Amino acid sequence: MKRHSTSTWTVARTIASKDLRIEWRSKVLVNQVLPFAAIVMVLFAFALDNDGILQRVAPGLVWLAVLFTSLIIVQRTFAIESADNALDAIKVAGVPSAGVFIGKSVALVAQLLLFECVLVLLALVLYQVHLSWGGVVLLVTVSVLANIGLAAMGALYGGLGAAAKGRETLLPLLLLPAVAPVLIGATRATESAFGVGGASLGEGWPWVALLAVFGALFGFGGTLAFGVLTEE
Amino acid sequence: MSSGDEAVRLRNAVVLLGSFPALAEASLVVERGEIVLISGANGAGKTTLLRLCAGLLPLARGEASVLGFNLATQRKEAQLHVGMLGHANGLYLDLTAQENLQFWGSIVGASSREMALSAQRMGLHSRLLNTPVAKMSAGQRRRTALAILVIRRASLWLLDEPHAGLDAAGRDEIDIILREAATAGATIIVASHELERAGALATRRIEVVGGAVVERGVQ
Repeated sequence: MKRHSTSTWTVARTIASKDLRIEWRSKVLVNQVLPFAAIVMVLFAFALDNDGILQRVAPGLVWLAVLFTSLIIVQRTFAIESADNALDAIKVAGVPSAGVFIGKSVALVAQLLLFECVLVLLALVLYQVHLSWGGVVLLVTVSVLANIGLAAMGALYGGLGAAAKGRETLLPLLLLPAVAPVLIGATRATESAFGVGGASLGEGWPWVALLAVFGALFGFGGTLAFGVLTEE
Repeated sequence: MSSGDEAVRLRNAVVLLGSFPALAEASLVVERGEIVLISGANGAGKTTLLRLCAGLLPLARGEASVLGFNLATQRKEAQLHVGMLGHANGLYLDLTAQENLQFWGSIVGASSREMALSAQRMGLHSRLLNTPVAKMSAGQRRRTALAILVIRRASLWLLDEPHAGLDAAGRDEIDIILREAATAGATIIVASHELERAGALATRRIEVVGGAVVERGVQ
């Protein structure tokens, strides 16, 4: 009668492909979250209606917009689990928690990368910043590493708050302070990629190393902690 | 640790929901292969009892084991052998019934043939299989959830109002499935207000009163 436990990687792959399929099917991210992100970028441009200031603060604005957007995406990714109580069904299935965490994180990274492409393009147009080829390489590296950190923390705190009362307000309270190092590192590295404030490309790479450390720490820590924190 | 013939053993089990004791010193032994009907008023603790057995709620005091696994220390191991259908169906509303089946089949390691057979059994024909769950009726969703429960091949089935929302054919089919599962060696615990229907299935009836378990005898 009994079944054997499914491997962590099978669970991770199944969860990630399910999450991405649901987003592709529902189009909520494209039809609702993407316009929200674009509006945030435009409002920043209106609020700081001065080319010099806008270009100077463009990296921070891009990453603030990413951070706001990531809050919505993380809430959305756990809302689909709680809509018909699928999260309980996953728990009862006795699958490895690490697989659920990795699957959720991978799906979040994919979604955040899509958003960042759009937000950077908007920054190039609205804030009139410039990117060299070296800057593109640096920015892509920063985006991937920063997203791993954001996604890992998002999956961890999203799972933690999924069953909690007032989860909509709890998530920003938990997540924003935790990802502050990612925001700082990504903004500094993006300043170098955009070449604003006299920053050179070479100054950005040490921040990349810092983002890699955060990504590894958050990813590894989240994999270990997710099961313990979300079980009760 | 319970003896080999016991599917569930609770001894003075206390489960707290906040500070409220939803289960208060509940004691229960269910032998393997039994079909046990749990009755009781709303809020008496039926669902809490099922969720404790599924390893979804922590034990505050007392002892609890499922299929020989101590729920305080071996919850994950126990869950590999437990299937639960609660008030909610555990489905993804944006996915079709087929995609839900494939997802859960992949999660529990079921084959494509098992999924197809289970879907056929629950009357999920091709048009319905390709319908998003959000557009299904309550009964069709319940059938999809039951098809998923069947592919779990669990040793302990925990069912909370399984007949809810089903039409007559669906109710008959679930009764047949539960009897077959019990014949194959599974243990089934059903919480239901439909005493006549679920009582006809059960080999034993218990009642949960104020968080405690009261024996109501063999059916």
